[in-house]
Amino acid sequence: MNRPILLLLLLLAIAIPLSLLAGRVWLDPWATPNAAVILGELRLPRALLAVTIGGGLGAAGAAMQGYLRNPLADPGLFGIAPGAALGAVLSLLLGYAASAWLLPLFALAGAAGAMLLLALIAGRANGLGAGIALFTLAGMMIASLAGALTSLAISLAPNAFATSEIVIWLMGALTDRGWPDVWLAAPLTLVGIALLRLAGRGLDALTLGEAAARSLGVSPGRLQALLVVGVGLTVGSGVAVAGVIGFVGLMVPHLVRPLTDRRPSSLIVPSALAGALLVLVADCVCRILPLVTELRLGIGLSLIGAPFFLHLLLKMRREAL
Amino acid sequence: MLEGRDLILAGRLDGVSAALRPGEVTAICGPNGAGKSSLLQCLAGLLAPEHGNVLLDAAALSSLHPRQRAQAIGYLPQNGEIAWDLSVRNLVALGRLPQGDRGERQVDAALASLDLEKFSTRPISTLSGGEKARALLARVLAGEPRWILADEPLAALDLGHQLALIAHLRRAAGAGAGVVLVLHDLALAMNHADRVLVLQRGRLASDGPPEAALDTALIERVWGVSARWLGEPGARALVAR
Repeated sequence: MNRPILLLLLLLAIAIPLSLLAGRVWLDPWATPNAAVILGELRLPRALLAVTIGGGLGAAGAAMQGYLRNPLADPGLFGIAPGAALGAVLSLLLGYAASAWLLPLFALAGAAGAMLLLALIAGRANGLGAGIALFTLAGMMIASLAGALTSLAISLAPNAFATSEIVIWLMGALTDRGWPDVWLAAPLTLVGIALLRLAGRGLDALTLGEAAARSLGVSPGRLQALLVVGVGLTVGSGVAVAGVIGFVGLMVPHLVRPLTDRRPSSLIVPSALAGALLVLVADCVCRILPLVTELRLGIGLSLIGAPFFLHLLLKMRREAL
Repeated sequence: MLEGRDLILAGRLDGVSAALRPGEVTAICGPNGAGKSSLLQCLAGLLAPEHGNVLLDAAALSSLHPRQRAQAIGYLPQNGEIAWDLSVRNLVALGRLPQGDRGERQVDAALASLDLEKFSTRPISTLSGGEKARALLARVLAGEPRWILADEPLAALDLGHQLALIAHLRRAAGAGAGVVLVLHDLALAMNHADRVLVLQRGRLASDGPPEAALDTALIERVWGVSARWLGEPGARALVAR
């Protein structure tokens, strides 16, 4: 195991116990009444969910950047997160969200629908060179279609309460999540990260461009399938249990890349760990901030993410000059 | 033997047949849009011809597993794209992907043969254009392919680097590899290739030893330029009349 992975594991080992104690009211395991229940039923699943979602988003971001050979790529580009969000919003609109399982299942169905559409389009675009560009455009088309349908669903909401429920859900949060969410998201995310890890060698070869990658024995169809299913599982399950959480997949690979040898394959696991750490810490900060209501995690991360993105753009412009 | 038989690709190749021999440097020449890169990509197994087939040692290239094909044929694309700032050593080690091993010995040998040892830990972005081109060729050599197919490997290199790279490719051919190069510069093809294929609008206009395949009458017919060769065989220069 290499150094960045060990370092990130160590940081997670420190952050997870701390996050269990952190909150508007700090918890003292020995003095606080019902500490065991609060820890076991509220804070532990929430921390594990933050780690799961962050890990999935980090790994998906690293794989996407490797696949598109672009440091500005984000898992959202495939349209899978918007697809999952559309599924969840439909379940809220139809009133199915009262059941703990239906909303995540709708979201997963939405993610699967987006993946299926992508796969259908990708199946027709296996030419040399045009493949990845067309694929990306298809992903963006799916993202904007899902976004438009989500807005349509919001506008069709029967009353103001339903509208606000949908809008707040879309902001992304880990408030009031429990073990069922962990059991749903964790296995899917782990399988997704494993698939993205399998894509590592193909992503390394893509460093030299599509033609060179194919000449090195990489099958573009297999690589694309690993990416779509891997990103679908990690991002789809994340949206299913926590709503839309942006910028993690964009930021984390950047922060981690200088610690690695910059091969896409050696970025995936460290990005998963760093994503886990980022979402865990951000969720704690959202909990602790002295606001009237708890800051939504999705908003908090976007507030950090947007200036970071700008910083990246400016840095790239400076380097291009 | 790497053999293309009656290769047809709409708008690009119109029935090209050529059997290439290992141990030789073959240059593919022709005006812009003649189908040089398409022919090279067909021979590398990266483009499937609409008609005809490519045989590697009498077996259809398309029937080989992509990894088997990749172990036999190394391909160096024209653009020289490198998306991430890898170290030179890690870049060269990408050539071992078809074998699925780290191939320390082969990577060391490839770095040494292109005089890149002193750069091995440097990020690729700190290298000059000529050094980068050498690193990309070392990537192909690290896979120890039996065939090296390179698309304009000498474009954008200064004279010294061009000659150095040609010398490396000739050495690989001397060691038994088949080397196929798309070349724009007819003098380089004339002086350094064992055999030249000239393409014109997707068809083979001539095929043979350079002195015969690139005679001035053919150059006038294919490129529409009236020119003549100066100098001795092996040290020719082309001048317009």
